[in-house]
Amino acid sequence: MSTKVIHAIYNDDDILMDAVKETRSAHHHIEEIYTPFPVHGLDKAMGLKPTRLAICAFLYGLVGLAFGTAMMYYIMIVDWPQDIGGKPSFSFIQNMPSFVPIMFEMTVLFSAHLMVITFYMRSRLWPFKKAENPDIRTTDDHFLMEVALHGEEEEAVEFFKKTGAVEVKVIDKE
Amino acid sequence: MSSHYEAPIRKPLVIGEKSYHDITVDVARPVEGRANKLWWTVFTIALVAFLWGVASMAYTIGTGIGTWGLNKTIGWAWDITNFVWWVGIGHAGTLISAVLLLFRQKWRMAINRSAEAMTIFSVVQAGLFPIIHMGRPWLAYWVLPIPNQFGSLWVNFNSPLLWDVFAISTYLSVSLVFWWTGLLPDFAMLRDRAITPFTKRVYSILSFGWSGRVKDWQRFEEVSLVLAGLATPLVLSVHTIVSFDFATSVIPGWHTTIFPPYFVAGAVFSGFAMVNTLLIIMRKVSNLEDYITIQHIELMNMICMITGSIVGVAYITELWVAWYSGVEYEQYAFLNRASGPYWWSYWLMMTCNVISPQVMWIKKIRTNIMASFIISLVINVGMWFERFVIIVTSLHRDYLPSSWTMFQPTFVDAGIYVGTIGFFFVLFLLYSRSFPVIAQAEVKTILKSSGEFYKKARDNKENHQSLNH
Repeated sequence: MSTKVIHAIYNDDDILMDAVKETRSAHHHIEEIYTPFPVHGLDKAMGLKPTRLAICAFLYGLVGLAFGTAMMYYIMIVDWPQDIGGKPSFSFIQNMPSFVPIMFEMTVLFSAHLMVITFYMRSRLWPFKKAENPDIRTTDDHFLMEVALHGEEEEAVEFFKKTGAVEVKVIDKE
Repeated sequence: MSSHYEAPIRKPLVIGEKSYHDITVDVARPVEGRANKLWWTVFTIALVAFLWGVASMAYTIGTGIGTWGLNKTIGWAWDITNFVWWVGIGHAGTLISAVLLLFRQKWRMAINRSAEAMTIFSVVQAGLFPIIHMGRPWLAYWVLPIPNQFGSLWVNFNSPLLWDVFAISTYLSVSLVFWWTGLLPDFAMLRDRAITPFTKRVYSILSFGWSGRVKDWQRFEEVSLVLAGLATPLVLSVHTIVSFDFATSVIPGWHTTIFPPYFVAGAVFSGFAMVNTLLIIMRKVSNLEDYITIQHIELMNMICMITGSIVGVAYITELWVAWYSGVEYEQYAFLNRASGPYWWSYWLMMTCNVISPQVMWIKKIRTNIMASFIISLVINVGMWFERFVIIVTSLHRDYLPSSWTMFQPTFVDAGIYVGTIGFFFVLFLLYSRSFPVIAQAEVKTILKSSGEFYKKARDNKENHQSLNH
């Protein structure tokens, strides 16, 4: 069964913001909006939840710190303790200051890379991935709002024209 | 309109009557157009320099480090000077994209892409030097803690040289993903404008299928913010650790606690100078004067002036501490720097780094493009000599007067250095013709608040209203 969606295309971010508010108060369901740049406040206006990527980054950082610490402990203290420069490495806590740079770098390395990988996975971004913006103008200067169509087609098109859309299309979605 | 308000006293960051589409066209033009004669000329020169460098490196690796001017007293000279110089230059890119993002400086948006490109390309040059200096670069993987057949003898994690391996590789890889993540929407813009199937295919792969959904943008902004938060301490740690290479040794002139902040300030100083050098040319060649404005150049000059002053204070503090320490070896090291056989390099450093940026106090000079360009070159030279002074003058007269000697570079030393400059410009020139050199998606977000046209329209409207009331 194919469902019909409306593509309402705007050419200004302020008009789009007002249109989103009107659309939501008219109880239309906004499926997606494609924009050429981050429109601040649009996620809130659409009712999207805040992203939890920063929390992920924090947790990945903890993993990195733990990994760096464990690596230093195993390599320098347990596996092959040496007397370097008259400072024998038999105690982790006494030798820890010279491991701080590595522990820090590991924290940053894990946090940054795993967060970016998580972002790419969650937003489905990778090489050879096909772009999914329905109109190529949405990476230039147009904003496309995709809305589920329920009920009268004419009426809905009229509604979106009134919100300031420069173009309203009804699309059959597979 | 009210959400885009910005105080009228702030200077516009985008000049002219621009729409969103105009920004797209202006940023895509250098990529879609054909290279002119000037580009090909500069590219050819850079390529020849690069090839000369490759030949010099091959000769070094084939014959040995003895082809350099090093001797038993001076074991580090141009190689490590060049290494520190290139790493330092790299720092400005991260500073611009990370620290200025945390401080919400809108002017970073026109320059962050190129500054980050400069970071990556210069860290690549920097990384070459320690690897060639190993003498057997095919064993470079020995610096990694890999279990091995020597009874699993590990690398020495107490050594700042090993910290450097971790710091620089973390820095390079994190800078790369930061840069690439920011590039995705702009590659998507080029992809959607591409006419030939080949360019469409290339930019489609590069853009990772970026579609610009609201949720993607929300994540994009969060990731940028957190990466900026991570990159800021990272960039400080990298040059701190580079300074540890010297500061943890027992060589007079190196063994100083002021090195970490002094090196970081010097890195920012030289990096901003290099950004100025590159962008003053690029804004002209790629017709981006409306985005990289005099205001941008002035702000970068101010940062050069501030960091140059910090570096100047550090130089003088070093002298004072050497005297105050009462250690005669330390005192001699600094006396020798300023008045010994290498006095000319010391005073060249002082003139270029401490005196030259002070002219930036004069507004006429810091808003003059030619003056800014010349001073940025002078600073680049001065910062190279700073590292040369620190390394060579500290080593050439050590504890044992019978080993005192001078350093004489060979054509191989010079060849490798010139080669890395060539390699850097080869990369940067290719970048400037195939990448979106301005973060156009970000610039579009500030068009209504900081664009000249919108600011004027808003001011006129306000004046009009106040007259009526």
